[in-house]
Amino acid sequence: MTSPPIIFTNARLIDPGTGYDGPGGLRVAGGVIEDVVRGGAEAADGADVVDCGGHVLAPGIVDMRVFVGEPGARHRESFRSAGEAAAAGGVTSFVAQPETDPPLDDPALVQFVLARAREAAHVRVHTMAALTRGLGGADMTEQQFLLDAGAVALTDGDHAVADAKVMRACMAYSRATGALIVHHPQEPSLSRGACATSGEFASRLGLTSVPAIAERMMLERDLTLAESTGARYHADMISTEAALSPLARAKEAGLSVTAGVSIHHLTLNEFDIADYRSFFKLAPPLRAEADREAVAEAMAGGLIDVIVSSHLPQDEEAKRLPFEEAAVGAVGLETFLPACLRLVHDGRLSLTRLFECAALTPAKILGLPGGRLEKGAPADLVLFDPDAPFVLDRWQLRARSKNTPFDRQRMQGRVLGTWVGGHRVFEG
Amino acid sequence: MFAHRHLLGIEQLSPSDISQILDLADGYVELNRQPEKRVAKLRGRTQINLFYEASTRTQASFELAGKRLGADVMNMAVQVSSVRKGETLIDTALTLNAMHPDLLVVRHQNSGAVALLSEKVNCAVLNAGDGRHEHPTQALLDALTIRRRKGRLQRLTIAICGDIANSRVARSNILCLNKMENRVRVIAPPTLLPSGVERFGVEVFTDMEEGLKGCDVVMMLRIQNERLTGAAVPSTREYFHRWGLTAEKLALAREDAIVMHPGPMNRGVEIDAEVADDLNRSVIREQVEMGVAVRMAVLELLAANLEDAA
Repeated sequence: MTSPPIIFTNARLIDPGTGYDGPGGLRVAGGVIEDVVRGGAEAADGADVVDCGGHVLAPGIVDMRVFVGEPGARHRESFRSAGEAAAAGGVTSFVAQPETDPPLDDPALVQFVLARAREAAHVRVHTMAALTRGLGGADMTEQQFLLDAGAVALTDGDHAVADAKVMRACMAYSRATGALIVHHPQEPSLSRGACATSGEFASRLGLTSVPAIAERMMLERDLTLAESTGARYHADMISTEAALSPLARAKEAGLSVTAGVSIHHLTLNEFDIADYRSFFKLAPPLRAEADREAVAEAMAGGLIDVIVSSHLPQDEEAKRLPFEEAAVGAVGLETFLPACLRLVHDGRLSLTRLFECAALTPAKILGLPGGRLEKGAPADLVLFDPDAPFVLDRWQLRARSKNTPFDRQRMQGRVLGTWVGGHRVFEG
Repeated sequence: MFAHRHLLGIEQLSPSDISQILDLADGYVELNRQPEKRVAKLRGRTQINLFYEASTRTQASFELAGKRLGADVMNMAVQVSSVRKGETLIDTALTLNAMHPDLLVVRHQNSGAVALLSEKVNCAVLNAGDGRHEHPTQALLDALTIRRRKGRLQRLTIAICGDIANSRVARSNILCLNKMENRVRVIAPPTLLPSGVERFGVEVFTDMEEGLKGCDVVMMLRIQNERLTGAAVPSTREYFHRWGLTAEKLALAREDAIVMHPGPMNRGVEIDAEVADDLNRSVIREQVEMGVAVRMAVLELLAANLEDAA
């Protein structure tokens, strides 16, 4: 990508790479950051100038968990619509999940998806490939071929691999391929059919529920396997307090282990399902407030490494059903930033830590450039006003599916501009 | 003043709402014992019974209640209708709504489904049971039965025994009896107690003998056979041994304790036939009678709040 030089002036720079949060500007040329100026902005000399007006300029978000409906369900989300939603949300790179129809368990499918994405989306699109054939949890996929085709990691998405022997084989084999193994830590024999977290509240609503320990149980198994196989392991979403101490122990022991959390589990809790609103039906289900607080703190404090949107588009029909029968998931690309900013405005999270979890660390884990404001880094940038208030109207979302739990909620934080490789892909 | 558009659960009712329903129902108990049982309170009104789960007694009770008040009552046989062809609940609701019913009585297998439907229609919606959530008219008819038998609906000790975890009857009764300031106990095997039940405002017992001591009312629940084969309880006979109501166990309750059951009963599973049929203790058939009266009262109160413009 080549583009004319741009000079960003009068910005509040957030660089998670160095922890810098202060005034400054950037010079961008040839798709990369050519110079970072802290303090007073430099004069423009014939280049395009973007006056940031004192707003925040940060590295674009790298979202590790995005479901796109290609192939198989383009009516829910295409790479074009997902790309537009991402750009509008300040997400400059996202990682598609392999839960498509057919699932991405074959190198040719990975290549197809990446080609489609390149053609249709203006942001950078990567993909994970399936960990087991057909996401069936029984036979491992061709890890090497899938990586060679461009997959950045292997996962079965929302499907937990129940069989420990299969998981052990996948993780052991990954030592030869170097693949990052991403898993959904939920004990499926406990979570099957559940749509809420066990406890007084789910019992009062009469909803089928899963005990919160289902997460810890699977995470402990995975961490034990990671220890014995030496695999690189990433838990896609941690949502309970009980899972935090095993995670901390594994990290202290020096295992190659990381973990994520979704924007929904950081900002919503089980009380949000009170009116049986199916937009709040998520996997894993929303947790108790104590869990939400604990994972938010663990993220802010460094134990949880990554924030994801867990963008999962569902069409209107799939959500216009009684809670127990409705589809799970919520779109999140466009609400990523305003959701996380709730924690910032509450004084629970710094902007530098936010962008460490939302850009720098995911890029590092996946081996991608980006996530930092430094000379030579790709000019993937988001400019936003963290304070701008608005009421979210789901019909204004660019994602093709409109299933957001934040509908009609008051939010703060508007994206003013998004650049990918120095090209402006969104103007707010 | 009964300020509700729908009857979705006991949760939304105040103690005075409950008393108002029961007072009105008392009158209908008397009416229903007369040769001439009809009044014209709902003349011209249309009541549709939409039952997604098979039900004999609740549906019959609502049908009779509506007819005695003079409404036109239609039963939708969901099992053989377009729902079988994949029509969603909301589409069915919109279709029915276009026929301008005034009262919609709904039973559905999913918790929250009746509330969802109530958001999509212009008529009054009555919850006749939604999943494991609520069954408000059952709790109201139980309350009426207790009030008539005990002369009051407060400061009583009431034990609810059986499959609490999966019972909407238990949930509605716990809410109703707590609102009326009674002491509520639940008795069940640990596998049939809902998680967090200790925060429902009840005393929890896994030992039936302990739980029955000093009770004024013993309310038995039906247990589904599929839960008695190892999933939640090892066997029917072990369940009956530990949690089945027998004359010996009942002797631990107060001398004048009454025995209730929402029906249909499994004699020899959760209740011994001797107890179920003991006319001095069992008020099970009276509950059925109270059911029609309570449903008449609720239908009348909700119809009175309908806007005629609808």
